[in-house]
Amino acid sequence: MPRRSDIETILVIGSGPIVIGQACEFDYSGSQACRVLRAEGYRVVLANSNPATIMTDPELADRTYIEPLDAGVLAAIVERERPDALLPTLGGQTGLNLAMALEGEGVLDRFGVELIGANAQAITTAEDRRRFSEAMGEIGLEVPPSGFASSLEEAMAVGEAVGYPIMVRPSFILGGAGTGTAKDRAELARVAAEGLAASPVSRVLIERSIAGWKEFELEVMRDRADNCVVVCSIENFDPMGVHTGDSITVAPAQTLSDVEYQAMRDDAFACIRRVGVETGGSNIQFAVDPRTGRRLVIEMNPRVSRSSALASKATGFPIAKIAARLAVGYTLDEIANDITGATPASFEPTIDYVVTKIPRWAFEKLPGSVERLGTRMQSVGEVMAIGRTFCESLQKAIRSLEQGRFGLNADPAEAAYELLEDSELVERACEPTPQRVFQMEAALRRGVSPESLAAATGVDPWFVGQLQRISAARLRLEALGRAGTEVERLDRRSWRELKRHGFSDAQVAYLLSRGRQGEDPAGPVADGAAEGPVDGPVDGPANGPVDGALDEARARAARLRAGVRPTFKTVDTCGAEFAASTPYHYATYEDEDEVRRSERPRVMILGSGPNRIGQGIEFDYCCVHASMALREAGYETVMVNCNPETVSTDYDTSDRLYFEPLTAEDVANVIESELRAGEHSPAGVAPLAGVIVSLGGQTPLKLAHSVDPALVLGTAPASIDLAEDRERWNALCETLRIPQPPGGAASTVNEALAVAAKIGYPVLVRPSYVLGGRAMEIVYDDERLEEVFRALEGSLRSEGGVSSQRPVLIDRFLEDAVEVDVDSVRDAAGEVFVAGIMEHVEEAGVHSGDSACALPPQTLAPSVVAQLEEHTRSIAASLGVVGLLNVQFAVKDSVAYVLEANPRASRTVPFVAKATGIPLAKVAARVMMGATLAELREERLLRPRSNGDWVSVKEAVLPFDRFPGVDSLLGPEMRSTGEVMGIARSFGLAFAKSQIAAGTRLPSSGTVFLSLADRDKASGLGAARGFADLGLELAATSGTAAYLESNGVKVSTVVGKVGEVGAADAVELISSGRVQLVVNTPRGRGPRADGLHIRSTASLHQVPCLTTVAAARAAAAGIADWRRHGLSVISLQEVHGEEAHRPESEVHGEAAHRPDSEVHGEAAHRPDSEVHGGAAHRPGDEVRGA
Amino acid sequence: MTSAPSGAPQRGTGGAGTWSDPRTERPPALLVLADGEVFEGEAIGPLPPEGVSVGELVFNTVLSGYQEVVTDPSYAGQVVAFTYPHIGNYGVNPADEEAPRPFCRGVVVRDLADHPSSWRATGSLEDFLFQSALPGITGVDTRRLTKHLRTDGAMGCAFGTAQESELRAAAVAEPGTSGRDLVSEVTTDTTYEVGSGPLRVVAYDFGVKQTMLRSLGALATVTVVPATFGASSALDLDPDGVFLSNGPGDPAALETQAGIVSELLGKVPVFGICLGHQLLGAALGARTFKLRFGHHGGNHPVRRLDTGKVEITSQNHNYAVDAASLPTAGARATEVTHVNLNDGVIEGIRCEKLAAFGVQYHPEAGPGPHDARYLFEEFRELLLSGTRRRPLTDTGRDDVVQT
Repeated sequence: MPRRSDIETILVIGSGPIVIGQACEFDYSGSQACRVLRAEGYRVVLANSNPATIMTDPELADRTYIEPLDAGVLAAIVERERPDALLPTLGGQTGLNLAMALEGEGVLDRFGVELIGANAQAITTAEDRRRFSEAMGEIGLEVPPSGFASSLEEAMAVGEAVGYPIMVRPSFILGGAGTGTAKDRAELARVAAEGLAASPVSRVLIERSIAGWKEFELEVMRDRADNCVVVCSIENFDPMGVHTGDSITVAPAQTLSDVEYQAMRDDAFACIRRVGVETGGSNIQFAVDPRTGRRLVIEMNPRVSRSSALASKATGFPIAKIAARLAVGYTLDEIANDITGATPASFEPTIDYVVTKIPRWAFEKLPGSVERLGTRMQSVGEVMAIGRTFCESLQKAIRSLEQGRFGLNADPAEAAYELLEDSELVERACEPTPQRVFQMEAALRRGVSPESLAAATGVDPWFVGQLQRISAARLRLEALGRAGTEVERLDRRSWRELKRHGFSDAQVAYLLSRGRQGEDPAGPVADGAAEGPVDGPVDGPANGPVDGALDEARARAARLRAGVRPTFKTVDTCGAEFAASTPYHYATYEDEDEVRRSERPRVMILGSGPNRIGQGIEFDYCCVHASMALREAGYETVMVNCNPETVSTDYDTSDRLYFEPLTAEDVANVIESELRAGEHSPAGVAPLAGVIVSLGGQTPLKLAHSVDPALVLGTAPASIDLAEDRERWNALCETLRIPQPPGGAASTVNEALAVAAKIGYPVLVRPSYVLGGRAMEIVYDDERLEEVFRALEGSLRSEGGVSSQRPVLIDRFLEDAVEVDVDSVRDAAGEVFVAGIMEHVEEAGVHSGDSACALPPQTLAPSVVAQLEEHTRSIAASLGVVGLLNVQFAVKDSVAYVLEANPRASRTVPFVAKATGIPLAKVAARVMMGATLAELREERLLRPRSNGDWVSVKEAVLPFDRFPGVDSLLGPEMRSTGEVMGIARSFGLAFAKSQIAAGTRLPSSGTVFLSLADRDKASGLGAARGFADLGLELAATSGTAAYLESNGVKVSTVVGKVGEVGAADAVELISSGRVQLVVNTPRGRGPRADGLHIRSTASLHQVPCLTTVAAARAAAAGIADWRRHGLSVISLQEVHGEEAHRPESEVHGEAAHRPDSEVHGEAAHRPDSEVHGGAAHRPGDEVRGA
Repeated sequence: MTSAPSGAPQRGTGGAGTWSDPRTERPPALLVLADGEVFEGEAIGPLPPEGVSVGELVFNTVLSGYQEVVTDPSYAGQVVAFTYPHIGNYGVNPADEEAPRPFCRGVVVRDLADHPSSWRATGSLEDFLFQSALPGITGVDTRRLTKHLRTDGAMGCAFGTAQESELRAAAVAEPGTSGRDLVSEVTTDTTYEVGSGPLRVVAYDFGVKQTMLRSLGALATVTVVPATFGASSALDLDPDGVFLSNGPGDPAALETQAGIVSELLGKVPVFGICLGHQLLGAALGARTFKLRFGHHGGNHPVRRLDTGKVEITSQNHNYAVDAASLPTAGARATEVTHVNLNDGVIEGIRCEKLAAFGVQYHPEAGPGPHDARYLFEEFRELLLSGTRRRPLTDTGRDDVVQT
């Protein structure tokens, strides 16, 4: 069936900010969809609030709306653009929910918009638990039995029907309170009673427990002619009970016989047909009883999902791209398989390698969170690795995580398990945590039998057997070490076996040295290598240990002499049955290399690895832009990355893709491969022009030292070091006469106290060489400074501790200063272009990644702006920057103090690009290759900044809803997972939009509750007055109320502090639903318990909570502007003057006048959607089901 | 796991620097192709005398179903290389056997599982290799091997622990399957009956798979007969239809069988699968030819021409029916019903007048997708409407539908 010609304009909805459970995989899917639809000649209108995405690049759609993903806002876009169709299945759960909201409100009907891909009925059937269960029953498929109960009697009745063992989950609780399992009637009576008591609505979900069952997923596609194919099967390493997003997963399925697999495939097709997903991809999850093979359907996602992204990268079958084509009428057999170029897409990929995905968690960033995995997803990113065997792919995946591990143990961090008893180790391995796989290997190594370990953990014996292979290989190598074997004497066969099991050179070096020292776990290598940390010091894990680097290098040299080097194989969808034309490679140790010769100069771009807090999609955006710009400029681009969620790992983003870990060893292999590829070009040597390390965040930057300096493009690594080296940097600033907050470095408590005494409190304390402000704190007195210092020593121990090489930095903290970010680019000729100056909303002290910011700056005097530009220029020149430079300033009393300079891409680059219309990353990439800014101006790649009529505000999105025990207070440590952007004609409106987009429902009426720290009271007065002037009622804690009243601001409700006798307390007030906005700022010192209660109550009841006075002031301004002007929508193309301006259209109805509209909360706020076993397992499920 | 049988050459445990453990070490082995390509690996399963095993080397791209593949009689004379690296993961079990014993000459894998896991498993694949006297080689760069076969075609090979020169000589001497009658090696000696369906089918065993007999047995009482069972004897059994099974080797070498099919045509409905389909083609007057490397996998898209729909099919054949040679007119006029979307090879034919049809691929699956199971349904309808004299009364039809 051909392309549909009855539709012209298609609206695509993105998934909004990166949040846990919904990450940049939907940038990948949305970008593919937009590209495909435009290539098919459709007019594409895109809505997404996330400026860091590729999909919101103005050239990807005809109209790009970076607007809040809110039903009211979307209705305005629909009214303005009059799309014929809405494609809801590529924007995650957010896209799906919004489409349903528009359908439900009649917007689609009113404007004649057709849902394509999946219709409303299919979506409801898949999403509504009850309907799904019924539908599956009709076609003879089993779902886990369950039911709700509101009383003990009901619970017992449901329990009897469901069958034991039973899982009881209270509704509307956080953190799993009251959840329990019951083996029999008596236990159920007890657990159900507890659950009912724990639930604020006295309601529990009773379901059959299938914890410990095997878990599988099938990625299915269907077209209009009812052709169905399975793109990929995925098996979870972790048994049921761990959210699939938090599980280690493996493709293809490993432990299903064909009889079982084909039956599952039949079920999957029956499911997609019954649910009625007409075209596109769906993900269907199954649980299988390991004892009997009994199979249950757990969940079905009627859309492209995180698993589809993984399946696409794992097989080379571009699900999103094909889903978009299917949605506009094509059938699978009409679409070519890009990879072979010769066969159609109506087939099932077969692969000849193993893919392992491991999630990346951020527990260390969230003090108070419990490192335990469950049915609620908590990871912030993931890595994927390809190997010919599971052992190889698992160890590669672990390396890819960049968490200081060289593979499955066999590195210094394994010391953590050495002190545990065998039984303790096994006991811990039974708990699903990020440590489990390491604990399992450690247990096997001690002789715990694979059978008993499999039985205890529920991990399939096949996987346990594979872990044991790794164990056995390492023990053999250690034995050689004990026998005194030097690495130089390892023969080819031994090396090949080790590499085929995925061992890194660093592991081999470690094991041989360790063997040599007998059983001492803390040998010299261990000492040096222990610096491996979570976000990694500059010379971190990726490079191997600082002191042990010699050993790794020696191991590598010995290996190469033994003639063992990796071969690069191709991901080809067909197990080599047909020739593949797409250069998508992975390294493995086999006979034959498949990298083709290259005839053009090539540029290698090192990507940013797994998403994590502090390093996310923004950097992938920069890498992708570099690839696009350099391809346009005639280079062949080579991408290296290991994050399956990203656009950079699409096989068609660059000329070649190496899906490899970003470690020194793996990157060196790719560089060698690329050097070889250019050697015998007919046109003489086609050079590897260089390697870009400065666009992917810390990950590639850390690798700069292991790359031949002659190959590093752009700013020299030495300059990057200079900016990081405290002393030299201070000296440079002095020479340049750029003011800095006073400070010093300390490696002992006494030194720290001395520094503080010299510079005065408050001070900002932070370890050197960390990313995203980890472990930073503002300290107001000696006592706390000592505590913080000791805590740092403890927490950094595993990362090398505190030393004079790695001191703790102590700077004067400038209170109430305005923080400013400046992004600029300098060319080799010395011209500096200041692309964007961003004024933070939150004052200095809140990590820049967590702060809202406005572009252009709103309160800075021209003289201050001039200082900022001047300082930026002189820093750029003195560092010899060629490419991007980000400088952070604190402005106080009209003086700009420089806080830090980063001669690399910053996370604000995409925001600046969207706000100004200047493709900053592309410009930087070209500049790094030698183009001058003047030349780029001539090419029109560098355009003048578009007119200043618009204000753009970026707001951070925080993950606190996932971590109930974690305080939502903002501080110097970055904790946001993503960002949104609001564009409007005034700051207030842009801020209001950014808040809606971030899920903060600013009230237009009702009560604002204020509880301010003493030092914030004066500055908070203005904000309070602002709210009062808008007619909002004020409530406040007694101290705050007294201060406001004494300054003439009326407070209608005064509450006591938490627990104060006789006073209505704040928690009760917020719980009662009488508060629409909370402003709670931390006390500078002393216990924070009160504030914590207030903030967590707000979070529990979904009342927006602002934790800085600055944000409160901005909110008041936003509400005021919103009242005056109303919200309207505008596309980027119009903002940047690429198209004639049309009057913006107003958002009316619900969203316009009810900022706190329900729709919004629902639609924009469902990261949960991917919760797996979702239907069955999610406490909040009733919301969706009902 | 299983230790190599005594007499197997043990590799030396070597001096310092050799990473070895004699208890688990498998003897190094080589795989040598007729064109001289050499692949390193280690021997698995039993070691044959002289340390040499030979056969025609083909690859299979299935991700699961290795036991069905290994026991599929169509692989008689062949050595099967699996493109998926992990083979043996879920062990073996009697229910997944396609024949009482494997007829293939050996297996080539990248990584043989040593910890099989499945509630269905009754043993490991390596045990099975020993029990079936089937040698193998593991650790091979099977991707390089597949690319080689893809380019240069299926060819003779030898593998084992012998010297490279010996293996090379053996590989060159290996005749391959072209022009050879391998059916006689795999067909049943005696006639036997399976299934309990209401209809009666005579099934020619050219190397029939159990899954095929199970599918047929659900609709008919099936008399399985040897490959050379005469046409008149078959008709004497008074069948509602005749089924032609899959089997190994070159259809052109099976003139007798093609003659038998030719005699049956028009007297009784005929359904052929794989080799059976090729023999049907030959009986109708078409030519067959050898594909460069054949179709061996579980993911081939086939278009069913009457509906336009695509089915994902299980395939295992080196030969195909030549489209141009199919009769287009007269009683034997034959239409193409299915084509392979990857390379356009004929996957199905039908001769309306003679009530016969055949497919090149495996609708019975085992291993592979179930997309084409409807073909057994079509066969049943053909049996019911066939040329046989049983009147098609309503009652009769209802009885049948009960199956």
